[in-house]
Amino acid sequence: MFRKILIANRGEIACRVIRTAHQMGIQCVAVYSDADRDSLHVKMADEAVYLGAAPARDSYLMIDKVIAAAKQTGAEAIHPGYGFLAENSEFVKACDAADLVFIGPPIKAIEAMGSKSAAKIIMENAGVPLVPGYHGKDQSPELIKAEAEKIGYPVLLKATAGGGGKGMRIVEKASDFDEALAAAKREAINGFGDDTMLVEKYLVKPRHVEFQVFCDSQGSGVYLFERDCSVQRRHQKVIEEAPAPGMSEELRAKMGDAALKAAQAIGYVNAGTVEFLLDADDSFFFMEMNTRLQVEHPITEMITGEDLVAWQLKIAAGLPLPKQQKDLAIHGHAFEARIYAEDPDQDFLPATGTLSYLRTPAESRHVRVDTGVLEGDEVSIYYDPMIAKLIVWDTNREAALSRMAQALGEYRIAGVKTNTQFLKRLAEAAPFQNFDVDTGFIERNEDLLFTKKGGSYSPNLLALAALYALLKLDQERQAEAKHSIDPYSPWHGFGGWRLNTDPALSLRFALPGKDEPVDVRVVAKSNSAKNFWTVFVGEHKLLVEGRLTDDRLDAVVNGHHRSIHVADLNNDLTLFTNDEHFNCQWLRPDLDSHEFEEATASLTAPMNGSVVTLLVEAGAAVKKGDSLIVIEAMKMEHTLSAPADGKVAEFFFAAGDLVSQGAELLKFDADEE
Amino acid sequence: MTVIKTQINTRSPQFAENDAAMREVIKDLHTKLDEVKQGGGAKAQERHLSRGKLLPRERIERLLDQGAPFLEFSQLAALDVYDDFVPSAGIITGIGRVSGVECIIVANDATTKGGTYYPLTVKKHLRAQEIARKNRLPCIYLVDSGGANLPNQDEVFPDRDHFGRIFYNQATMSSEGIPQIASVMGSCTAGGAYVPAMADESIIVKEQGTIFLAGPPLVKAATGEVVTAEDLGGADVHARISGVVDHYALSDEHALQLVRRSVSRLNWKKLGELDIQPSRPPLYDPEEIYGIVGTDLRKPYDVREVIARVVDGSEFDEFKRWYGETLVTGFARIHGYPVGILANNGVLFSESAQKGAHFVELCAQRGIPLVFLQNITGFMVGSRYEHEGIAKHGAKMVTAVACAQVPKFTILIGGSFGAGNYGMCGRAYDPNFMWMWPNARISVMGGEQAANVLAQVKREQHERNGTEWSEAEEEAFKKPTREMYEHQGHPYFASARLWDDGILDPVQTRDTLGLAISASLNAANKPTRFGVFRM
Repeated sequence: MFRKILIANRGEIACRVIRTAHQMGIQCVAVYSDADRDSLHVKMADEAVYLGAAPARDSYLMIDKVIAAAKQTGAEAIHPGYGFLAENSEFVKACDAADLVFIGPPIKAIEAMGSKSAAKIIMENAGVPLVPGYHGKDQSPELIKAEAEKIGYPVLLKATAGGGGKGMRIVEKASDFDEALAAAKREAINGFGDDTMLVEKYLVKPRHVEFQVFCDSQGSGVYLFERDCSVQRRHQKVIEEAPAPGMSEELRAKMGDAALKAAQAIGYVNAGTVEFLLDADDSFFFMEMNTRLQVEHPITEMITGEDLVAWQLKIAAGLPLPKQQKDLAIHGHAFEARIYAEDPDQDFLPATGTLSYLRTPAESRHVRVDTGVLEGDEVSIYYDPMIAKLIVWDTNREAALSRMAQALGEYRIAGVKTNTQFLKRLAEAAPFQNFDVDTGFIERNEDLLFTKKGGSYSPNLLALAALYALLKLDQERQAEAKHSIDPYSPWHGFGGWRLNTDPALSLRFALPGKDEPVDVRVVAKSNSAKNFWTVFVGEHKLLVEGRLTDDRLDAVVNGHHRSIHVADLNNDLTLFTNDEHFNCQWLRPDLDSHEFEEATASLTAPMNGSVVTLLVEAGAAVKKGDSLIVIEAMKMEHTLSAPADGKVAEFFFAAGDLVSQGAELLKFDADEE
Repeated sequence: MTVIKTQINTRSPQFAENDAAMREVIKDLHTKLDEVKQGGGAKAQERHLSRGKLLPRERIERLLDQGAPFLEFSQLAALDVYDDFVPSAGIITGIGRVSGVECIIVANDATTKGGTYYPLTVKKHLRAQEIARKNRLPCIYLVDSGGANLPNQDEVFPDRDHFGRIFYNQATMSSEGIPQIASVMGSCTAGGAYVPAMADESIIVKEQGTIFLAGPPLVKAATGEVVTAEDLGGADVHARISGVVDHYALSDEHALQLVRRSVSRLNWKKLGELDIQPSRPPLYDPEEIYGIVGTDLRKPYDVREVIARVVDGSEFDEFKRWYGETLVTGFARIHGYPVGILANNGVLFSESAQKGAHFVELCAQRGIPLVFLQNITGFMVGSRYEHEGIAKHGAKMVTAVACAQVPKFTILIGGSFGAGNYGMCGRAYDPNFMWMWPNARISVMGGEQAANVLAQVKREQHERNGTEWSEAEEEAFKKPTREMYEHQGHPYFASARLWDDGILDPVQTRDTLGLAISASLNAANKPTRFGVFRM
């Protein structure tokens, strides 16, 4: 076994590998960029080597520097994690050249699977079923379009070098084809430097079922059963589970054998995943093979009781498979939810910022949290916005799912928008509980999964927010009073005392998706030493009292006792109840700051990123909805369009410029009505 | 300390009757307050708002620290005094906490007759300044006024305590180190122009505030120059050209924030010194005062029951408990502040007057604020009392009260008649604050007594002339006097004329006193030098 390995990755996967390595008595070397100086994986590792600037191409993708770091520290092997260099055959070559063990498959296997078109030919020859499609070298748009016609719409366009939904488009009809192809090619060239496209039949109600395989260098292979990753958005996995619901033993064996056959067709060694599309009639088609450890590997670990990283290390060290197929069995059911910094209500727009408030659910044999971040860490534009993976296990699907909902409720994050509440709604959605699931699940269940725009708000939640605000005011005034020469003065009161009149205390909150702020009127119970108020939310009257201890609010609302948590980031409140995470802005009138900007139409960057292109000339007349500027952030393109008819008076950035979130991109003059 | 043990049976019919009667007058008070809070009415308010201005009460809300108390003065000023409806005399005054400092706030209500100054508007403005001076409170003027009310110029302009006194006060308070801050949020014409001009620091709101000695019409009449109000004396003129103001605000909200900022830079420190303890609520519910006191002034009750519902922990250490028992004196705390309380429990005798004088001396010696709970028909009359010198004993109490330099707070909780008003620190004795409960009455003597005195004189006339004067005729003669006294002695009549600083719901007595005592601590303790006590 290795004495020391280097982990050529960051974030949760680096931490994950270090954990197992340490358990096996292997020392770990981390690598880091400027953005990760204080990251968890650096803290967990025995040593860490600096690579370079924050952008991955200047650090985690620098093959020479990674190799040098391994040599410098005396590491014998390199674990690539997933992403970055994990499926880069150049890197594997460099490892070989430097006499370092690459913990993963051999070069030829990576190369065979690296091109989707080439992989399909190999699989076709090996007798693995494939989706009808065109994977040819001739990339003339006319030909690809003709092939699409032949296959029949809808079709799926994919970059052969792609992955993770980038460079991918579904085309519903011929008239959309040209535009979709151009866009997919643009993303592909930006993302992978290769815009070779393939086109294939788009299955309307397919499930995404993948098999975990392991092969050793002695030529043996096993599969560690399947994972169902059908719930996706923009072709990115959202929640995964193992085993796949409704999978018969027979089908499992059939698909497992096909997966092994696929792996062995390319002489595979180490951990790999064979992805299939599973149709309603139990027919299945090979999609692709991932020649690395998958993000969702923990659910396989939970149902098999095996440590896949340990397997990887053993096989890389030349040892045989730790177990034979007959020794492997499925125990219970596991789910993984991917916690992303993103805004599901804004089309999953990636979010950046500081994780100013971060509390994870307690880990147990049922709940596992794989994460690479700590409270106070920055979610930057440079890397994948996944913050953590929440993995749960129980004896059956229903129990596991209820644990997932519970644990998501306990996952408390503020400072950066995340998808935890979206995931919770998903876990609680009846169609998901009944497993009416395919890859179109999210689109089909938008009503259940997304926050309604400008929708109603619960008076109870606002009452809790008001109670928090009151207790906070109380604490602030008390702290202030302590330093006062007149410490017990009733002037320190905050209940809005008025002569011969009801107290005039009004708290104002801004709610997400609601333009108008909401006022909550508060009447303090007079002559009471206890904190006890009547709050009026709209026509609702609620009696509240409570106690605030740090972020914990013990509240009583109309006799209903509950203990919740509140993250208060400069009056941006997030209330974490068991049922939901409620965000609102406490608009405090006495902050002594004032916005005096005159309102003019402006378009601001939705997030940190860079300008790809300006689509119109300054001064040219545009119609409402016309695209004006394209921003690339988190490797995704975002187009900003004209808010009205008019013209762009001025662009403040040029193509290639970096922009930060909220930066005004251009000045727009709308035509007079 | 001694805890007052209540003797009140809150289930007695008498209690219920009193309670109902008191709630009735409080309800009436609330009705009146609701009326005056509408300012110049919905239409005028709408017009005001349509100009992008905030209503005066809203301005005050946004000026105050969030949720901070506001102790408003004389809410019913000018009620039923003028033919015009001038709610609150067109000006809102009070003490509010701004950036942690208790400040006097004076806000014109432009929705009421353009915020012009009626005689009682002037009186209310001056009273606010008087409170500021006596308690050393920074002054904030939210100016939005057309100046003197021209039809009433004779009662507004010329005399000592008329319009000019406002600026005199600004100058002299400034000289005493009491900050004067003005925010011009509307017109500030003629004399009014001096409010910002005399201020230590001033603010003007863009496109709202104007300051000029003469408005465009007068300018045109005088010199023929045609000029807009904005070009004559708008924000840009005064912030950029004339330098009359110091800060340029883009809106009402901005102006109020600039005022807050200004207050936060005052380097303000309270100078008063008291032995302060944490506040503790009374043992008994202050609402029980309703059922104890009622509205019938002739029904006696033990004033200690009221004290028990005002002071911390209902603790009251009495002084001379068994001597001059018609005046209750003793030490207590209100919101943690030590106070000496003088409360009437009947007519004043020589003993009670001397006891009162002694107690006031004690408190003045020790720097303890005095609280007077007035419910007094007067000093005892009759030869026995004249012979024992009740006049000189009463004079001792009046001397002591007049000269005591500790903060004084007077509340009329019942009758306030005759010289009793003087001995118990009536308005003429310069209490820092004075309020009336809605059941109280104030006049030189009771209506019945006055009618009897006048009837007595009349009857003697008839007897001298040998004419008949029937019982019925006498009754008819007495009736208007009784009615006049009832009318003029009513708290609304009194408060409308600023004989007090406002009517006070008895339940709020404790909090109001706490706020007032705390505010009075802005001023330094002053030594007392008494005059000659006639022995």
